[in-house]
Amino acid sequence: MNTAEWLDIGWVDQIPVRGSRTVQVEGGDDIAVFRTAEGKVFALLDRCPHKHGRLSQGIVHGGAVACPLHNWRISLSTGEALGDDKGCTPTVPVKIDGGRVLICRASTLKAAA
Amino acid sequence: MEHRPLKPDADTREHLVVIGNGMAGCRAVEELLARDPSRYRVTIFGAEPRVNYNRIMLSPVLAGEKCFDDIVINDAAWYADNGIALVAGDPVAAIDRAAKTVTARSGLVETYDRLLIATGSDPFIIPVPGKDLPGVIAFRDMDDVDMMLAAADAGGDAVVIGGGLLGLEAAHGLSLRGMKVTVIHLMPTLMERQLDEAAGWLLKNALEARGQTILTGADTAEIIGTGKVEGVKLKDGTLIPASLVVMAVGIRPSIQLARDAGLAVGRGIQVDDHMVTSDPAVLAVGECVEHDGQVYGLVAPLWDMCRSLADGLVEKPSGYRGSVTSTKLKVSGIDVFSAGDFSGGDGCEDIVLRDASRGVYKRVIVKDDRIVGAVLYGDTADGSWYFDLLKKQKDVSDLRDLLIFGQAFAAGGGAADPKAAVAALSDDAEICGCNGVTKGQVVSCIAKGAHSLDAVRGTCKASASCGSCTGLVENLLALTLGDDVQSGPKTMCKCTSFGHDDVRREIVAQDMRSIPEVMQKLHWATPDGCSSCRPALNYYLLCALPGEYVDDQQSRFVNERLHANIQKDGTYSVVPRMWGGLTNPRELRAIADVVEKYNAPMVKVTGGQRLDIFGIKKEDLPAVWADLNAAGMVSGHAYGKALRTVKTCVGSEWCRFGTQDSTGLGVKLERMSWGSWMPHKFKIAVSGCPRNCAEATIKDFGVVCVDSGYELHVGGNGGIHVRATDLLCKVANEQEAMDYCAAFIQLYREEARYLERTAPWIERVGLDHIKARIVDDDLGRDALRARFLFSQSFSQDDPWAQRAEGAEAEHHAPMARFIPQEELA
Repeated sequence: MNTAEWLDIGWVDQIPVRGSRTVQVEGGDDIAVFRTAEGKVFALLDRCPHKHGRLSQGIVHGGAVACPLHNWRISLSTGEALGDDKGCTPTVPVKIDGGRVLICRASTLKAAA
Repeated sequence: MEHRPLKPDADTREHLVVIGNGMAGCRAVEELLARDPSRYRVTIFGAEPRVNYNRIMLSPVLAGEKCFDDIVINDAAWYADNGIALVAGDPVAAIDRAAKTVTARSGLVETYDRLLIATGSDPFIIPVPGKDLPGVIAFRDMDDVDMMLAAADAGGDAVVIGGGLLGLEAAHGLSLRGMKVTVIHLMPTLMERQLDEAAGWLLKNALEARGQTILTGADTAEIIGTGKVEGVKLKDGTLIPASLVVMAVGIRPSIQLARDAGLAVGRGIQVDDHMVTSDPAVLAVGECVEHDGQVYGLVAPLWDMCRSLADGLVEKPSGYRGSVTSTKLKVSGIDVFSAGDFSGGDGCEDIVLRDASRGVYKRVIVKDDRIVGAVLYGDTADGSWYFDLLKKQKDVSDLRDLLIFGQAFAAGGGAADPKAAVAALSDDAEICGCNGVTKGQVVSCIAKGAHSLDAVRGTCKASASCGSCTGLVENLLALTLGDDVQSGPKTMCKCTSFGHDDVRREIVAQDMRSIPEVMQKLHWATPDGCSSCRPALNYYLLCALPGEYVDDQQSRFVNERLHANIQKDGTYSVVPRMWGGLTNPRELRAIADVVEKYNAPMVKVTGGQRLDIFGIKKEDLPAVWADLNAAGMVSGHAYGKALRTVKTCVGSEWCRFGTQDSTGLGVKLERMSWGSWMPHKFKIAVSGCPRNCAEATIKDFGVVCVDSGYELHVGGNGGIHVRATDLLCKVANEQEAMDYCAAFIQLYREEARYLERTAPWIERVGLDHIKARIVDDDLGRDALRARFLFSQSFSQDDPWAQRAEGAEAEHHAPMARFIPQEELA
């Protein structure tokens, strides 16, 4: 259920393990929501800091996703590029409540703006 | 034959009088003697009381590196041996062309039949107050050097006016001799005629680091002093003390004598292609001449001129056509080189390499695929090579990528030592073009502990994309670490210490059935692998367990997951299969409808004889596929490590040259092999005759039809590294061609490493191995073919149709939509 602080985007199970789904934000960039092998859920702006590749389309491994365009690895928890690459994708706080995925409303608006 | 000088009465030969005992005059005589040593009686007048010496080497004399005897070109014996009369220290003061005489300053008169003027050039003295004070000198001849040496012995301050080559060499020499030197240069950067701004700036910094003071953009107002020079005053009021002022602002062709004699002069003495002046009896050569509007202040054109001049003197005229000049110099121990036009301009492209820490700057200017100019600073080893390419106007498009790294690297091929070439690269040289990684970054990444290729790929990304720079990275590893490179079989990725072949072998040997099982049993270093190993493992399992293994969608690259090609804007392109490149109105209509319905901004005919629809949104893909399926079309797998296309020519059905039904065979091959997953993409072509219109010899598997059957070719590639196919064998009929094709594909599927095309695979294992398995071993071939067809029975299921019916819908639809405006309302 949406609140002033959180947006309810669906069930955790809707996100494939080691996969991603997107949340469309009208007038802005999508938010990519990831689920790792360990079952943790993260949300990031769906945009690689490098050449704006869709991170939601990348391969999720460990706590990172590899961008499909040039294989930059982006940390799901911090949004920072890993290895020698420098760059950061805005992150969106996530909480799980009774199997539902909630993402931070303010951060979503800010990230997607 | 001995002809002693100054015995004109006894010698009836034509008399050649040369005015100028410098580099041009003597070189001209040398060239003449080489052609005909006895044709002319020769007399040379020289202003300096010396034999012929190498003026270029005055700088090392000033710097104390050489003495006068070291720089003599022709000593007194040369004049004597060749019967040349040398009148040294007595310059010619006048020419009387009517009487055909020259008169020297001493009053000596000499008659001539041919006169050669080689007076060179005079230093330009800027007309400022004080220019005639004692202690103000030029830098042109040995006398100037002697004066500078005397001044340096007394010590003190020197000012050099002019930051060109000559001025900087004077400054360097005086500085080495212990004087405190200030260089005053009018222009904003040093040596602006030879160097571009960047190189000029590097030079200025380097000279300043050596203790010289360099003032650029500095305009001399006057030279001050009473009785002798005491300093230089600039227009901005700055006063620089000096006991010696060297004026080195430039040179002017020395034409006064010729002008007084009524010869045609412009900037220099005007000559034709045979170095003949406006008077047929008078020739001129060297820095004093103007040829075709050009005057030259460098030594190389002089050699060309002297050759043409001598050819004319012995009546075998060749003709001088002007010179393209290059400058290769050492300025204060710093190598600089320039050639051609480096001013840039329309259509010019710069290729630049900078290595600040090593003090190297290289710039090659290319226009229309030809080098038009080059500036090298710090490392001029390749100057002559660039100059050669420039002069010959060679097309450098093939060398372009490596051009800036120099000859050893760009033109070396297999001949050059690749390790040496890599070692010679500067730190700023780009190693990986895909990811923009420089040599310095790779080396620092190795130094920080990345001791294997995969470690380098994982940290700085070099060679992590297309892999074409893998060899460079491996050489850098070897150079940096010596024997400490973690070599052996390359590991699959940083998640494991196993190589591809080990992992495949173990998957089969231990009957592993899933990616997590492989990772567990082979002690993967990461919990769930990475974007390199997961797609590889997924493929290896799929290949090992046809019909049993459940494909892991999350271990596939996005294109294979979404069955379309992701484009840089996040939209997708869609290529429906066109069997053997054939289509029909129904298919074309369906494609046209899709393009309009989904507003695809572009449709392109591909190199593989199909149509590519661009700009489709991820959400629209299933609907697009449904529409294409409805017209009978299936996925073209243009996105996959899979069979891509079978290209054909029209063959015997239509073409007057066709020997077999190439189109029909192409369709059959495509029907047999579509949908199969492979280590990498796989392309087939069938040509109906040896004219090979379908380009079968750059495909992974190519059939070239001939009258007597079918030639089967393997391992071609038209990509980054073009490779023509190897001939596998010739077969008699279509069925055999198909059987061999199936066996070859299966062998590739089972033995090649993931992401290894057939070309590098065959180069790795050898064509003999392929022949042994496919051609020589009938049973083995049949078994391979059977395994392929068995595997195909599970894979020929159109992924588009499955998804159009709703499979994997979550890949296409967003999980949620959020409309801020509605929330506000």
